[in-house]
This record gives sequence, structure tokens and C-alpha cells, in this order.
Amino acid sequence: MADQALAAEPTRRGFINWFLGTTAGAFLLAVLYPVARYLVPPPAGESASGTVTLPIKPDEVKPNSGQIFKFGNRPGILVRTPAGELRAFSAVCTHLNCTVQYRPDLSHIWCACHNGHFDLNGKNIAGPPPRPLEPLVVNTRGAQIVVAKGA
Amino acid sequence: MAAPDKPHGRVWHWLDARVGLAEVEKLAKKKQVPVHRHTVWYYFGGMTLFLFTVQVATGILLLFYYRPSAEEAYESVQFLMAEVEFGWLIRSIHAWSANLMIFTLFVHLFSVLLLKAYRQPREITWVSGIGLMALALGFGFTGYLLPWNELAFFATKVGTEITGAVPVAGSFLRRLLRGGDEVTGATLTRFYGIHVAVLPALTMGLLGLHLFLVQRHGMGVPPGVERRQAAPRTMPFVPNFLLRDLVGWLSALAILAALAAYFPTELGKKADPFAPAPIGIKPEWYFMFMFKALKYLPSDILGIEGEIVGVVGFGLGGLFLLLVPFLDRRAARGQPGRVFTWIGIGLILFIVVLTYLGYTEVATR
Ligand code: FES
Repeated sequence: MADQALAAEPTRRGFINWFLGTTAGAFLLAVLYPVARYLVPPPAGESASGTVTLPIKPDEVKPNSGQIFKFGNRPGILVRTPAGELRAFSAVCTHLNCTVQYRPDLSHIWCACHNGHFDLNGKNIAGPPPRPLEPLVVNTRGAQIVVAKGA
Repeated sequence: MAAPDKPHGRVWHWLDARVGLAEVEKLAKKKQVPVHRHTVWYYFGGMTLFLFTVQVATGILLLFYYRPSAEEAYESVQFLMAEVEFGWLIRSIHAWSANLMIFTLFVHLFSVLLLKAYRQPREITWVSGIGLMALALGFGFTGYLLPWNELAFFATKVGTEITGAVPVAGSFLRRLLRGGDEVTGATLTRFYGIHVAVLPALTMGLLGLHLFLVQRHGMGVPPGVERRQAAPRTMPFVPNFLLRDLVGWLSALAILAALAAYFPTELGKKADPFAPAPIGIKPEWYFMFMFKALKYLPSDILGIEGEIVGVVGFGLGGLFLLLVPFLDRRAARGQPGRVFTWIGIGLILFIVVLTYLGYTEVATR
């Protein structure tokens, strides 16, 4: 019965407890929310254009070789196949993000981190990478190489 | 009044009245260390603590020259190694001591696991210990990036990418950790802040709790010994055990000095985000078993990406380890039980074998 009497009566103590509890909670939230938001980095904004003109001339890329270039803020890889064709892919390995390289001894693209292999179409052929490399479009305009995001 | 074994000087009395030396002395005299055939394992906790103090001291020294930015970090470490007197020594000791500390931490953890020292009332001691282990691994992971060399850069890329495999929150966590979508200078400053401020603060709290509890409950006696001995043999902590502890610390220091002098830590090449990953990149040895285990998983397990399965598996493994004192009901009652011993041995074998495989594989094929 005593309990009931206590519960029935909205006492001053009850109100103060509720008030203090809510205030403390609100205060904590008011502190934690901005801190949590502060810790999340702002979006960096996608690299401006989807097209990049490389600082390399087409005849500087020998057959059966490849090299890394900057594609916005990510690396890309430009490959000239043994047959002489120019191809480009994102150089970010689809496994865990390492930067791939061209292995002339194997004539294909290779990731050193966990021994991932990709063929000259960017297809993952061995090792842990789960997906093909993202293909890029290569155009040669005179002495310039222009690489663009695939459609 | 107990027989006063030594008359105390005036300084002692002056201090006693102000900070209560007598109580400390009483506490120190009371502490006893059980003596049995497993007593050796009691040294590893103290050794870990000793190596941690080495880390704090050398870490503070490194701060005097280190500059936490992608443009300057590598150069500042290079300067420290080449120009600053004994800079190479301080850095090498910091790096080696980190490795030794993680090693003694593993030994400490597994000895506690196998001797079942997590039994009540030491559950919280165990839980805080696992927390400290996690913090130590966090120190290792964030510290590795700070010299901003090639190896560290790609190791961090891979490591943070793995957090991306955490279900639901993965890509958010990865971004939070990296301070953006890629590993950049923003990641470096973030790791720096975590390494020199966040983790030390958390460690101080947790370590304080851990040591307080160890002090409160004393050393755990393995259940087997407990059942066999009616009156357990002990030795006083001060000075008998402490002196032995000191021998251990001095040996650790000697090993440390030798390693630092003969195998100074290398710096390697500066990180270049637009260079291919170097051949044979490896994480620090204490992450190797996880790294290797993830590598063994096929890229697709029942329609789920292998990485995700691995990461969730390791998460559950960690949770299991954390909960051992609450799961091992038999040990809690002081009854003999082999299950958790075998689990412990299995875990050690898993780590040792995968680490071995990780170091002996050929990087190229
Ligand atoms: S990151 Fe390329 S194979 Fe793992």
C-alpha cells in the first residue's frame, strides 16, 4: 500500500529527479552529438572531371609494359599489351585496395599485396580479388593520351 | 602493535602524516605470491607493464622531433634517424619494445587462460585485460603508419579496407578511420591523435582498473594446484618476488638494447600513393595470423564475400575470448574441466601455424 501511495502522489522529489535526469541526458546529447559529427570527415567531393590527359606520350609506353598514372585522387594503370594495344584500368585492386602493377614476365596485371592476378581485360583470374578491375576508356589524340571513366 | 622491524627516519614520518606511507607499507608486506610449479607465468604481466613504461618514455621522446603530416612525417623520422644523436636508438627501442610488449602480452594472456586465472572473482580483471590487449593492438596498428613509408602506407590501406567488410557499418567505419575515402594525410593526423592521445588515455584508465583488481584479489592459483595443496606455499611479494621481477625486467631491457643496437628499425621508402604496392608487403607479425586466415578464405562463401565471413568470424572469436570467464562454468565452480584448456591450446596452435605459413610463403608466383 505504501508503494501505491508513493506512486500515486507526483511528489516534488519525483519531479526534481525527472527534471535532473532529463537535463543530464539532454546535456550529454548536446555534447556527444557535435563531437560525433565532428569526428566524421566531411565529403571530399568527387574528383572534378572524369577525363584526364596523361603526362605521357603514347610512344613512351612500350609493348608489354604498364605504368601508374593519377586519375583524380586515385591511381590508374595504363597498359600496352604485347600486341601493341593501349588499355587503362583503375589501379585499385578490387580485393583490399592495394595498387596493382604490370608484370612483363607474366604479361598481365598483378597485385603484390595478396598475389592477385588480372588478365589484360582487367578480369580477375587468380588470387583473392573478387571482381575485375574497373575499366577506363583510352583515347590517343595525336601525341596525347586521354583517359576517361567508362560509361 | 607489530614488531617494528626498522626504525623510520624523520622524513618518513613527515611523509607518512601527509600521504600515509604506513598503509602502503602494510599493503606491501601483506601481499603474497603463491609458489607452485606454474609460478613462472606470474612474471609476464609485470614484464608487459615494464615494457609499457618503456613505450611511454620513448614515445614522449619521439614526439620532440616527429611531425604528423604527410609532407613532413617521413622527413622528420629520417632526420631523427640520421641527424639527431641517438635518435636511431630511441626509435628502434620504441619499435622493438612494442613488439616485445605484444609478445609478453600474448604470453600473459594465454598463461592466464590456461591456468584458468580468470575464475571468479577475477572476471572483470580478465575483461579489462582483453580490453588492454585490444588497445595494444590499436597502438601497434596506428603507430605503424606514422613514419609514412611505403610498407606502412599499404599495410594501412589493407587494414582499414578490412574494416570496410564489417557488416552494415563497414563503409562508415572505414571512412571514420581513414578521415576520408582514401588513406591520405588526413589518415595520418587521425592515427597520430589516436596513437598519442586517445589510446594512452583509455589505457591509463583500463590499466589502473586492471592493476587495482590484481592488487585486490592477489594472484590466482590454478584449480589443479588449489585442489592438491591444503596449505598453499607462498612467498612475500616484497622483496622476494619483486627482486625476481626486476631480474626479468633487466633481462627484457638487455634483449631490447641488443635488438635495437644490432637490428635498428628501418625506414624504407617514402609512401607514394601513386606507386604500385611493393612486393611482399606484410603486416606486423601479430596481425599476420589474421591476415593469412583472411587470405585462405575463398572470395565467396555461400554467396557472402569471404572477407566479410572472416571479419565477422574474428569479431565473434574476440567476443568469445572476452566472455570465457562467464562461459567456463566448471572452472568457476573449481571443478576440473578440459574444454577451455583445449580451446586455449587450439588458439595458440592456430596463431602459431598461420603466422609460420604467413612468413614462409612466396610472395610471387
Ligand atoms: S589487395 Fe590486391 S590482392 Fe589483396
